[in-house]
Amino acid sequence: MIEMEKITKVFPGGVVANREVDFKIASGQVHALLGENGSGKTTLMNILYGMHRATSGTISRSSQTLTIGSPSDAISHGIGMVHQHFMLVPTLTVAENVVLGTSAGPNRLCPFLNLREAEERIASLSREYRLDVDPRAEVWQLPVGAQQRVEIVKALYRDADVLILDEPTAVLTPQEANDLIDVLSNLASRGKSIVFISHKLNEVISLADEITVLRNGDMIGMVRKKDTDAKDLARMMVGRSIEPPELPNRSPGEPMLTVKSLCVEDDRKLEAVKDVSFTLRAGEILGVAGVDGNGQKELVEAIAGVRRAVSGSVETKHQGVSNREYARRIGHVTEDRLKTSVVLDFSLWENFGIKTCDTSPHASWLGMNIGSLKAATEAAISEFRIKSRGPDEKISSLSGGNQQKLVLARELGLKPDILLAAQPTRGLDVGAAEYVHQRLIEERQNGMAILLVSTELEEILAISDRVIVLYEGKIMGALAARKATREVLGLMMAGERLEEMERSPGERN
Amino acid sequence: MKETEGPGNLFATLLPQAGASLLAIFLAMTVGGVLIAIAGVNPYEAYSAMLQGAFGSQFAIANFLTRTTPLIFTGLAVAFAFRCNLLNIGAEGQLYMGGLAAVLVGVYVTGLSALFHIALAIAAASLAGAAWGGLAGLLKTTRGINEIISTIMLNFIAIFFVSFLIQGPIAEPPGFFHQTALIEETARLPKLMPRSDLSVAIFLAVFLAVALSFVLWRTPFGMKLRSVGLAPETARFSGISTNKYLFGAMAISGGAAGLAGGSEILGHQYRMLDFFSPGYGFDGIAVAFLGRSDPIGVVFAAMLFAALRVGANQMQRETGLPSSLVLVIQGLVVLFILAAELRRWLRERAVSKGKEA
Ligand SMILES: Nc1ncnc2c1ncn2[C@@H]1O[C@H](COP(=O)(O)OP(=O)(O)OP(=O)(O)O)[C@@H](O)[C@H]1O
Ligand SMILES: [Mg+2]
Repeated sequence: MIEMEKITKVFPGGVVANREVDFKIASGQVHALLGENGSGKTTLMNILYGMHRATSGTISRSSQTLTIGSPSDAISHGIGMVHQHFMLVPTLTVAENVVLGTSAGPNRLCPFLNLREAEERIASLSREYRLDVDPRAEVWQLPVGAQQRVEIVKALYRDADVLILDEPTAVLTPQEANDLIDVLSNLASRGKSIVFISHKLNEVISLADEITVLRNGDMIGMVRKKDTDAKDLARMMVGRSIEPPELPNRSPGEPMLTVKSLCVEDDRKLEAVKDVSFTLRAGEILGVAGVDGNGQKELVEAIAGVRRAVSGSVETKHQGVSNREYARRIGHVTEDRLKTSVVLDFSLWENFGIKTCDTSPHASWLGMNIGSLKAATEAAISEFRIKSRGPDEKISSLSGGNQQKLVLARELGLKPDILLAAQPTRGLDVGAAEYVHQRLIEERQNGMAILLVSTELEEILAISDRVIVLYEGKIMGALAARKATREVLGLMMAGERLEEMERSPGERN
Repeated sequence: MKETEGPGNLFATLLPQAGASLLAIFLAMTVGGVLIAIAGVNPYEAYSAMLQGAFGSQFAIANFLTRTTPLIFTGLAVAFAFRCNLLNIGAEGQLYMGGLAAVLVGVYVTGLSALFHIALAIAAASLAGAAWGGLAGLLKTTRGINEIISTIMLNFIAIFFVSFLIQGPIAEPPGFFHQTALIEETARLPKLMPRSDLSVAIFLAVFLAVALSFVLWRTPFGMKLRSVGLAPETARFSGISTNKYLFGAMAISGGAAGLAGGSEILGHQYRMLDFFSPGYGFDGIAVAFLGRSDPIGVVFAAMLFAALRVGANQMQRETGLPSSLVLVIQGLVVLFILAAELRRWLRERAVSKGKEA
């Protein structure tokens, strides 16, 4: 059993990320860590994994104090961590990735790699814990869920008996998330301890034995799963109960975005979007459902003008303007926040102004009006409750969810008439997600046309007017969200066309 | 390389950075001192001779500032490109092209007033450098050729092209020596001190540093250029044409390096000799590095390197130590900064990887 006692972490600059937090991990248990964005979950686990040093407090194992100064210390104490962004070399095989950084030879002094032996061990670990990992597969060919299991194997291979997973399901499709939860509960039943960070309360409820809630760096409490439910947890986290959003009636206005017979290729030059056509109107939220990787990303990028269409057309009111102006007129919350939405080395105001730093009121012939950019950032910070030290702070020191909020604030701040929102609530806590949903509904009332791409059906069903489902780049059908059920959408996501289902309703179930 | 918070917080952000640079200098001087002691000379005496050589008299100071000037230009060149994540190894070649343009205008254009002649020659020098740098930018954006490779190649082409011209087509008649004719009086930069080599070029260099600093931190152009350097995909998704900025950064970088050559010619050399630069373009890489790719930092870094070079002669005269010892010290400075940089990079990488959720 690992025990963290009175852990306090003060970052240079004075942010107290953890204040006297106690955290216990019993073997064979799943301990979930919950809390609002910026409440200190990642920091606490980074301390346990040796990436940060606690300002004060102790970590002990069976009442023996541990000093963990680096991840390799943590690993030698049997603590492993799976980060949200995998640290895998895509061109290497699973086995090669797993042995990277270990001494894979017969002993430490032997410089030669013994891959055969490693492969066998990986295969047996995979069998034992039902991970379904092929040691010889090349990593780049694996879907995200499988890559994540490779990360788990990596930790197990290093004899981890405590496994930390920081928002592991944020990047997974619902099906993959369910599989992961099975894998994790299986690991726990075989004596491993799991720390599980997630903003999805249903996952927490279905997996965790114990739940610790942080708020603002403080430990609010520790509850057992059997004594609580999702509503309770939400209240503990954000201090109030969360209501599902309501979509008021509104008849859509004029067409704002018309996509006609669009075909788009992905990075590997394979056709990812095939002959897609739809119309998005002012004051309408169009949900795009589908299992991740069925062309959503390519579709959105083609509309945003950052990926060339092979054929077909995208029509908006903004044809003929420069790329720069187009990017300003079409809001785009991108799927891959770190790679395509933020500049990690930039401050908050620079990130906020990246699209608008060269237009009035933020610029004149004299240069940038840094004052007005900072003021606008300040306003966004308070509007979206972004937890930060102000516009001058670097975005890299914000928690993941708070980075996402800044991106949302920036794109909505453009006051675009079309918003492309890919996974807009990824990484947000339930309170922040509720706020974003309300904001999107509000913008819809004011006439914004919103394309909402999400792998979460709840989100799509809750705030969309209409839903289209993408499967292998094709639209399986379009229907009003009010009439859509999870079952029908599920079948469409698996490749059944709506028309066919309607033609033979008897065969459906 | 990393401070991003604009001039409002210039001190807050530059100080820790400057701290690392100062520490590197201190460590390099200490190790250098040990080497001097091993060579059997009192390090204190050696260093004070060096200081004497650089600052001991008016002429020493003038000499020192003259030496500083081209290093500022080339340091700025490398630093500016680096802000767009481009490694310009070609400052030397761009310097040669700038010098060539300056000498052509200085020798062959006649009958202008001093003001116009100087302005024309300076413009020609920076444009020629910009063209040479821009060529590498163009190769990168249109053909995908790595700028490190292309600028190294372009160095050879520029240096030997200039050498060829000096040995024939533009050699001073009758052509005995490998040198051009002297430039017109009207093209010569005003001297700041009689009988010294120091000209107003030093002001031009400092002014350029301030201007580039303004561009980087206070203009949309600079901010977009930095975003292309730090996160090209985010820049592209924000509607920024990354190619335009890559090309622009290389051209401006080349322009600064071209001014190094131009100011050497117009400021005190007055004619072009074969291999007229002792490697200022390459020193620029170390200067930019020590200056943390910050234009103002570059000015101070250039001063240090110039002081070492100028002081070295005096040290050699007084103590008999080889003046190349300062090259060792320079190398050590770079090495220590690299070490600090590496540590920071590793730490930041660990932290940001852990931060992604
Ligand atoms: N390197 C850092 N420097 C300064 N402050 C930091 C740093 N890393 C995190 N913080 C601050 O510490 C606090 C806690 O951040 P942390 O990343 O632990 O939150 P979190 O609970 O994981 O949030 P999320 O749910 O958004 O991922 C935040 O206010 C954040 O701004
Ligand atoms: Mg986090």
